[in-house]
Amino acid sequence: MATAAPNRGWYKRNEIAITPWLFLLPAMIFFAVYVIIPIGQSFWISLHEWDGLGDKTWVGTANYERLLGWGDANIDRKFETSFWNNIKWLVLYLLAIPAGLFIALFLNQTVTGIRFYKSMFFFPFVISQVVVGLVFSWFYLPREGLLNAVLGFFGAGPVNILGDPTLATYGIIAAGLWPQTAYCMILYLTGLNAVDPEQVEAARLDGAKGHKMLWYVILPQLKPATFIAFVVTIIGALRSFDLISVMTNGGPFGSTRVLSFYMFEESLSEFGFRMGFGAAIAVVLFFIMLGFIAYFLYSMYRDEKGAH
Amino acid sequence: MHSILKTSLAALVAAGVTASSAAADGHALSGELNIISDMSNPAPRAVMEGLAEDFGALHPGLEVNLTIVDREAWKTQIRNALGANPPDVVNWYAANRMRPYVDAGLFADISDLWAEPEFEALASTKGAMTLDGAQWGVPYTYYQWGVYYRKDIFDQYGLSEPSNWEEELANCQTLLDNGVKCYTIGTKFLWTAGGWFDYINSRTNGYDFHIALARGEVEWTDDRVRQTFANWRQLIDMGAFIDDHQTYSWQEALPFMVNGEAASYLMGNFAVAAMRDGGLTDDQLDFYQFPVINPDVDFAEDAPTDTFHIPSGAQNMDAAKEFLRFVTSAEVQTEINSGAGLGQLPVNANASIDDDKFLAQGFDMLSNNAGGGIMQFFDRDFEAEMASVGMEGLQEFMVFPDNLDDILERLEETRQRIYQ
Repeated sequence: MATAAPNRGWYKRNEIAITPWLFLLPAMIFFAVYVIIPIGQSFWISLHEWDGLGDKTWVGTANYERLLGWGDANIDRKFETSFWNNIKWLVLYLLAIPAGLFIALFLNQTVTGIRFYKSMFFFPFVISQVVVGLVFSWFYLPREGLLNAVLGFFGAGPVNILGDPTLATYGIIAAGLWPQTAYCMILYLTGLNAVDPEQVEAARLDGAKGHKMLWYVILPQLKPATFIAFVVTIIGALRSFDLISVMTNGGPFGSTRVLSFYMFEESLSEFGFRMGFGAAIAVVLFFIMLGFIAYFLYSMYRDEKGAH
Repeated sequence: MHSILKTSLAALVAAGVTASSAAADGHALSGELNIISDMSNPAPRAVMEGLAEDFGALHPGLEVNLTIVDREAWKTQIRNALGANPPDVVNWYAANRMRPYVDAGLFADISDLWAEPEFEALASTKGAMTLDGAQWGVPYTYYQWGVYYRKDIFDQYGLSEPSNWEEELANCQTLLDNGVKCYTIGTKFLWTAGGWFDYINSRTNGYDFHIALARGEVEWTDDRVRQTFANWRQLIDMGAFIDDHQTYSWQEALPFMVNGEAASYLMGNFAVAAMRDGGLTDDQLDFYQFPVINPDVDFAEDAPTDTFHIPSGAQNMDAAKEFLRFVTSAEVQTEINSGAGLGQLPVNANASIDDDKFLAQGFDMLSNNAGGGIMQFFDRDFEAEMASVGMEGLQEFMVFPDNLDDILERLEETRQRIYQ
């Protein structure tokens, strides 16, 4: 065998170094073509004025000046509304995590038919966001809606949640929380399966119960589930597009827009096709997301390091 | 409805009275004809399917493939459809709405078709189909806008069709006193509010001013525009419009009229079919022209034109042109615009109007009583971005009229940016 060594081919000689890259190559190509290059293209387009069909006109940072109100321009009002709505989504959507935890703790018991109850609670996550949006917009209907029927029963006045610019965003977030809570619940249910019964036993011997047991014994063991729930909820909040599109179409008078919806409206909707301006919104949204992604990557890196 | 149309069109074909038959004799059409249509509402859909079927029956060698796309979705899908591997015939709209596709060279120049003698019958819309001195499509229908009202409710309270603004307001007050809203409207998708603005603005300041505003030549903060909003506000302050209209689509606003909770609806003629489907009979329904506000200006009317176009990348150009000849012929236009079909007005001057009281009134109104001019509608006359910002402002005004100053400032800011 040793005599064959000088005749080995180039690949054979470098096999150990090259093989991992060969395996990574398909993923890297796809990631570059579908993620990295489009990000660069968005940057490039955002520096132009373009209707998507004709020639691009270079405008430099004019789109950003208009959007963010740099220089003497006022900040774009639609952008301002969309940005604050995004913040509302990010903050309020996190309610899905404690709500999911609560339901998971409640369902984590063995009684007859518990599997059925669990699947019923998980049901909203299975149906499409569009259907959730439709169901909730009927629920909120100003006259025929179930919500107003219930409110009327208690003598409270009719409210038109989706028609009121101050309430509409909260109404949509509530609709979004329904499936998102179910998602967090499923994550916690699997997490609870992995809780070490010996530790619970030991804690019980030491006299821990109730919320102390939950806070000091159960929750620390659920930390991986909480992290995933946090990640999917933040991502869910940032892709709130479909619910908004179905329930209010951004209205009334644009009060429920978020950045992704605004970007769609400017670049791809019926009266849109201002690709440059839309791309500028996309770039801003990208940087907001980048903040979260960096945080996620950092905490994963930290955990990996801690494990060794 | 479908079957009536199909049989009658079939009879038409059997009689061989289509204008296209002469041309078709020259050479048999073959291959495929791919049509993408946005006629997705039930009645138009049946018409379109009938059209494709009959055209296919006329040309046995031709395979006609019809794809019907949701009307709203088509407004954005058309860009992709025209790009790679385009169909041979598509639906779109007249006037400014063609601009992006004409500029990008995606619509085929069909001026040669318009030069044929048969096309002289379509002269009334030639202007709306012309951009840069050439024609880019053919019209198949247009329809009037106006006030559709519940005649039985008007009779019940002893009201008659108003001819001026004072009568309009007096009618409305009577209705409100009896617990009936004057107008139903659904502004969720914004454009319905554009119709109200078109009418009140053109009745207050005239067609020329309205079009100047559409072209960005007048400031939104102009006193004349404020006068329009002041007139509009009279109705809003009375509570003339149904509550919560910002939550409804135009279809969802129909039950208010069908149930008698609202007496009238400023709408296009396409709403009649839906009202009849809702159970209203022709004895209960009637139509009047939007009343005079300023007696010094002539009537201007909204009458949007819907069209067929050939993408420049069409594979079967001969068959596509033949199809355009077919849909613009007097017989086919009579047929498809009849009450059993689209229930709209034919563009071909030789076509006859169906015996339908709304069509008859609309035709009379547009021919004899629209001296000011014909508007294509807010979202087709105004530049796209101006239209979208504008309609959002109009919706806000209808809900919070006190925000007017802020709204007008915003619109003016947009105007200055777009039309610089």
